[in-house]
Amino acid sequence: MSTVAVEVVYRGIFQKTLARNIVRSIVFAARKEGKYGTAFGRYGDSPERNGIPAKQFAIVADDAEELEENLAVYEAQEVDVTINVDDTMCKGIESWAWYGLQPINALTKAGGTLIVTSRQDVDSLIEDIHQKDQPYNISTVTSIPSFSGLWVYKDDHTDVRILGALAKVCPQLVSLESMVEAIQDQGWDDLKVRSAERTYDRTTMRPVEPGEGNQEEPFSFDLPGWTTMEEGIVIRGIEQGGGFRGGEEGYQPVRSSVFKKYSTRSMRPIVNFDTCIKCTLCWLQCPDTCFDVTPDGLYDANLESCCGCGVCEAVCPVADCVTMINEAEFNDNNSQYEMWQKDKDDYTQWMTSLIDKQKQVDRTHGFHHVGGYAEQIAEVAED
Amino acid sequence: MTTTVEEQLFMTEKEELISGSEAVAIACALADVDVITAYPIRPYDTVMQYVSQLKANGAFDCDFIVAESEHSQFEIVKHASSVGARTFCGSSGVGWFYAFEAIAVTAGLRLPVVAMVGNRALDDPGAFGVEHNDALAVRDLGWMLYWVATAQEALDMALMAWRIAEDPRAFLPMALSCDGSFLTHSQAIVNVPTQEQVNRFLPGYDRGKLQLHPDNPITVAPQVNEDWLMEIRRQSNEAMTRTPAVIKEVYEEFKQVFGRGDPSPFIEEYMMDDDPDIVLMGMGTLALPVRVAIRRMREQGKKVGFVRLKFFRPFATEEVQQALGGAKAVAVVDRDYSFGSPSFGGVLFNEVRAALYPLEKRPHVVNFIAGLGGREVRVRDVEEMVEITQKAIDTGKIEQECNWIGVRE
Repeated sequence: MSTVAVEVVYRGIFQKTLARNIVRSIVFAARKEGKYGTAFGRYGDSPERNGIPAKQFAIVADDAEELEENLAVYEAQEVDVTINVDDTMCKGIESWAWYGLQPINALTKAGGTLIVTSRQDVDSLIEDIHQKDQPYNISTVTSIPSFSGLWVYKDDHTDVRILGALAKVCPQLVSLESMVEAIQDQGWDDLKVRSAERTYDRTTMRPVEPGEGNQEEPFSFDLPGWTTMEEGIVIRGIEQGGGFRGGEEGYQPVRSSVFKKYSTRSMRPIVNFDTCIKCTLCWLQCPDTCFDVTPDGLYDANLESCCGCGVCEAVCPVADCVTMINEAEFNDNNSQYEMWQKDKDDYTQWMTSLIDKQKQVDRTHGFHHVGGYAEQIAEVAED
Repeated sequence: MTTTVEEQLFMTEKEELISGSEAVAIACALADVDVITAYPIRPYDTVMQYVSQLKANGAFDCDFIVAESEHSQFEIVKHASSVGARTFCGSSGVGWFYAFEAIAVTAGLRLPVVAMVGNRALDDPGAFGVEHNDALAVRDLGWMLYWVATAQEALDMALMAWRIAEDPRAFLPMALSCDGSFLTHSQAIVNVPTQEQVNRFLPGYDRGKLQLHPDNPITVAPQVNEDWLMEIRRQSNEAMTRTPAVIKEVYEEFKQVFGRGDPSPFIEEYMMDDDPDIVLMGMGTLALPVRVAIRRMREQGKKVGFVRLKFFRPFATEEVQQALGGAKAVAVVDRDYSFGSPSFGGVLFNEVRAALYPLEKRPHVVNFIAGLGGREVRVRDVEEMVEITQKAIDTGKIEQECNWIGVRE
């Protein structure tokens, strides 16, 4: 009796086909070994939204009866392997409403493994990942976040490289040989087989100790019962806002404390307060009302509310005022305005270095810029 | 002192010769309904005809909106009700079905819309006559369903409907089912109460904290997933379980103010005092030929009684058990069908049979499908039903549970 469960956490739409290829290949490979499996997406994520964290699962069991225990569920209770195909989601994920922030490793079993596609080093990822009470392992597949989605599918071999890594970190699931057979059966070429084998050879695991990682308590949401829920399917509106951060001047709207949406973000705006002409366009156009008006009439993106759409950058009439930067560069949601106020030179230096770096490497699938998918990463990292 | 047209019209209590549809329209005027929507379909269209007449004559003021379809008709009142307007609309047959999306959510959102269903057979084939399947289709969704027998009852119950539906303990929609032709197109002497009486009985609609208004910012009906919906359904169920108490209260008060009404708001018992062996049961205008038949059979010494079920939802389980539990056999007359249901019987039959099941001593329950598509249920049809039921008592077994009466072989 052994059941092995794998989840793939991916960015909705942008990486949907990638996730599907991975979970289906797992079931095909397991079948080669006479096992039974199921592959499914989390129903609550459907229909998917651009960039919103979504999940697909593969569950493999020794026989059909055993598998039945895992059928007709929305989500596995725990998984042997969590696969995260966009490292910015290491900060936690929030599905499209009322789930709170789920740590990326929330379902990862004790002794299980988290595989992340990333170009960051492992320690830097662990800073983002919420700590767990039990030990687990982390393994990275060096890669950019693959843009292999529903409408546009870039076959950059991320799917097979993940499968190679998976066979290594979870040998009880399937062997590399079965994985290779499953790849060949789907009509994929030999180059993809070689990618899988090469990643298998290179994959290593780094144990993560209990308590190691991001210490922050993820925001959560208690679902009301039928006696405490308002009648008539009514949700109370959020109260009107007050002064900037509770102060006298400026304006900060009150925002939901249980639905923040920032885990949708794979890029964030960085504001040059020195060149801002206070035209109000970013504040006006932001679909998530994420700009706070500062006491001196500047606009500070509230990074717990920003979902990284890039509209502010697109509408800003000043060339270097709002710039979208890869979310992986940041470890907190602190106020940029407060940082700027504290030390303007420091802020400018920090901002300039981030912008310079961004110019070298554009991210693929921030849904940054109107029209969506324009930005592609120039190089594919492969060492 | 000047009086408005409205006050003049309803200054004194008076008798009018009106149909059930007119009675409901007059109730709309007396209840000062704010938003009324309409879309023509026979036989419900008689109501919109009288409502527009009353409005044109200055009997009352309301937003009277003739929508482009039944779907919009029910959507409009649903939304109007959410902002605090007292509402009325209605339809018949497949028109009611066309509005089903809106009808289903009206109950889910706990909006006290009052509607009249002019009961009509479902097309095709095109048929105007009464069948109860149209209104019955909402029986599981949280609508209160009342079956009217007379024009007077139509007026009285309409006035009570707003009071019951708009009670915050309920906040559920209510449909008055009126048999096509026999009620909607037949006139009878009706006592029309005064505006003063109605004002004393019926307060305004106050949606309270659930009112959609800029000063009360709320979201109504957001998208929810599996982790919310069951609680919402549980709430609706709770609201429905509270309605019998609300109905009793309102009914008692109505009797005090207007001086008429039955002992029970849920069922009407006829010739039931001597615990008859055979009890007929049915809904709507069927009561009239059945009562005639019972009087004739009583003359011949047959102990037969009749229970008319008034509220189909909420279903008064205990009252039905008490009324029918002592009989040897119950004959349930369905003016509806439920193809493929248990015993291939009618909707009411299976509901009544289920309600009687917990009793220790259960009467035989025999089903009769009659009067479909508006076919008259004649006195001799009722006599035939009683004969078949008597046979079940005599032989101790039901030969055929569901019997079609008045159908050509």
